[in-house]
Amino acid sequence: MRDFADMFQAVDGSTKTTVKTQALKNYFDKADPKDKVWAIAIMSHRRPKRPMTTTLLREWAAEYAEIPLWLFEDSYHIAGDLAETITLLCHSRESDIEDSRSLDDFMKFIISMKGMDTEAQRVLVQETWRTLDYTSCFIFNKLLTGNFRMGVSQKLMQRSLSLSVGIEENVIAHKLMGDWTPASIDFQELILDIQPENMASKPYPFYLAYSMPGRSKELGDPKDWQVEWKWDGIRGQVILRDAHLYVWTRGEELVTDRYPEFTSFTESIFDGTVLDGEIMAFKDGMPLDFQALQKRIGRKIISNKLMEEIPVVFMIYDLLEHEGKDIRQLPMSERRALLEVIVKKAHNENLLISPLVEFKEWIDLDSLIQTAREKRCEGFMLKHKESAYEVGRKKGNWWKWKVDPYSIDAVLTFAMRGHGRRANLYTDYTFGLWQDGELITFAKAYSGLSDKEFNRVDSFVRKNTVQRFGPVRQVKPELVFELAFEGIAHSNRHKSGVAVRFPRMVRWRTDKKASEANKLSDLIDLIPEDGRNQDG
Amino acid sequence: MSRVSKSNELLRFSERGIYCPPADVYIDPWRPVDRAIITHGHSDHARAGHGHYLAHRFTTAIMKHRLGEGLSYQSVDYGDSVNINGVTFTFIPAGHILGSCQLRIEYKGHIGVVSGDYKLEDDGISGCYEPIPCHTLITECTFGLPLFNWKEDHLVKEELNTWVKENALSGKNSVLLGYSLGKAQRLQHMLETDLPIYVHGAVHHMNAIYEHCGISLPPTIYPQDTKKPEGPCVVIAPPSVLGTPWLRKFAPFASSMASGWMSLRGPRRRRSVDKGFVLSDHMDWKGLHTVMDETRPERVICTHGYTDIFAQYLREQGIEAITEKTEFETEQTE
Repeated sequence: MRDFADMFQAVDGSTKTTVKTQALKNYFDKADPKDKVWAIAIMSHRRPKRPMTTTLLREWAAEYAEIPLWLFEDSYHIAGDLAETITLLCHSRESDIEDSRSLDDFMKFIISMKGMDTEAQRVLVQETWRTLDYTSCFIFNKLLTGNFRMGVSQKLMQRSLSLSVGIEENVIAHKLMGDWTPASIDFQELILDIQPENMASKPYPFYLAYSMPGRSKELGDPKDWQVEWKWDGIRGQVILRDAHLYVWTRGEELVTDRYPEFTSFTESIFDGTVLDGEIMAFKDGMPLDFQALQKRIGRKIISNKLMEEIPVVFMIYDLLEHEGKDIRQLPMSERRALLEVIVKKAHNENLLISPLVEFKEWIDLDSLIQTAREKRCEGFMLKHKESAYEVGRKKGNWWKWKVDPYSIDAVLTFAMRGHGRRANLYTDYTFGLWQDGELITFAKAYSGLSDKEFNRVDSFVRKNTVQRFGPVRQVKPELVFELAFEGIAHSNRHKSGVAVRFPRMVRWRTDKKASEANKLSDLIDLIPEDGRNQDG
Repeated sequence: MSRVSKSNELLRFSERGIYCPPADVYIDPWRPVDRAIITHGHSDHARAGHGHYLAHRFTTAIMKHRLGEGLSYQSVDYGDSVNINGVTFTFIPAGHILGSCQLRIEYKGHIGVVSGDYKLEDDGISGCYEPIPCHTLITECTFGLPLFNWKEDHLVKEELNTWVKENALSGKNSVLLGYSLGKAQRLQHMLETDLPIYVHGAVHHMNAIYEHCGISLPPTIYPQDTKKPEGPCVVIAPPSVLGTPWLRKFAPFASSMASGWMSLRGPRRRRSVDKGFVLSDHMDWKGLHTVMDETRPERVICTHGYTDIFAQYLREQGIEAITEKTEFETEQTE
């Protein structure tokens, strides 16, 4: 574990990409192949499941540190990170301890604890704390709590690995996609083998777009561009290989079983086809609002009633594999032509093709985008007709063009301390809107302010606390913020009766008094009329 | 009950500060008062606008620099007692910064202690904390959580000097950021290097006061011009220099921050410095427990830091503890 801990320390201690890349490369150059597979797994969000609940870990840590549980909880709220809290309380302070276990040993140890009785787990965990210095203990606890983010993007890990083994980055990205378990694969098979065996279920890395930085007319001749609506569901990949269907989300989750609607694809589409698209709740020719899909996402058992109430379609954007051949390097226009034929032949009501937006001049789009909300779309996707299907987020050939978000001025009512980088700083806020002289909570937001502004709000919160509810502070209703959000819908789960999507702060309205903030009725006025009713 | 009423009689929290009615003086008041006793020279304890100041002579030297020469100062030494209307005030070292004192306040057999800010470990330049058995203890608890446990000074010292050496080997200057009064001098005291040490103006002025009080620090250079220094060096400055032209002329450098908050990963990463040294001039969790064990107070009043949490914990340990709102600040990194 020592080499992994040293690498983590180097990566964690720096904000510079070059330093991180070098530290990772050094690690991949020298580490044991078994450890490398685990390191890759950890940095591509493939950690083993938690062997025990965090509730138990908290109890054991409090017991080990000889403090009452409430004090552990309060400390956790201030440190803002469970693994770090446990580490600060439980790591060994002896200077001569040395735990000789490798990362592979540790991972196997953690997996082996799954299913043991809790008393045995407690003894093992507390014994391990006793033998670990700060950094190793932190890593151990991060692995136990199952949320290890190293401050290394998957992309950076892939680049470092590419530098170390001399295999192209895109190839590595593809090899790391999909379903592999670090415990049962070796480095040779995962990375080095040229023709790996278990490629059948493997999705291609997704091509992602940046937001268009300027105006559309700067993109040149509109005839060179293909424009589609930007649909608002879950980006996914449908794979048909060896008579099997695999449905992957962009988060690399295999969700085939969650969408029984898609099983018929095996009959509608030829084997050796991979489609990129959007999983969407869709009914009567129109997407349902964003909350509808939420109801489907979490469910593993899908009743007929739910499928009737919230049917799901796959809205196809692109064709990545055709007749068993990777065609990602073909120009967009050719891939699209092939795709249109496939969809036409498929005759499957759950398989839609994302329609092209007809336009002549860029200026036509300026007015058209204003209708995005009525169509329950987020805006446009602009794709160059010559573009290949690339790996990861790239600039130049694909752009997303989002419609301006909704916005409203709301009053800060409650605050909580943040996590991670914002530990011990009040950065998690609750906002209210006026109704009959009262502030009704309608949203929480954690982002959008600069560090300086967060510091100022933090000090306001500390000085203007009216009441405390555990870690939450109710503050004097004085500060007004402009909040932006992407979607809005009626909701009976929220006190305000309204649910908003992706709320964030865009501006601190220091020019406004609390009394000048918006009313709840202003928010309700923003909810679009249901398009379906209008269409009849 | 009688003891409680006695302690209320002796020390009271008012909107101006900690008040001692029989002596009619305030301790570290945050609003202007006629007579103030000052525990130490940090700006949230030694404020401007009071009629008369009574403090340790080192603290007076700091106040003369920060608040002005022409005020009414009365100075004492460690261990000295001053009697005011039958109340005896004794100045006991607090180990926090140069001249920092705890106040032992005795009146009609009741002993109260105002700790000011304090720390357990003797850093060699801030005086050495002494426990004062008392009935009532008014304490800070800036780091009054079990999360905070400092390493011994010699370990931090080793870490610091290794870091400076490594930077020099890779052709970088070492920038140490810390509060200009106290932390900056403690860092200088820990340094073991042949490299020239450049200091920021704020640090330079405070260094002069340390020297004036007989505390010797390693020789430093206070750069008056904007010339780039030649060869590798160490720079000591307050954190506010981050991102300023003053600091840029020392490029290429690696930066570090020395503070108790550097125990936590969040603040460490928020600071965007290359390295955090866990080094505090306040009591850590163990330190506060040592204080409780050695001074055996019947009643504790927590004034700043994690007051609610620490007081609750003490109550569970069978010590009567409350919190009072003050305008003292917790360890500053600015």
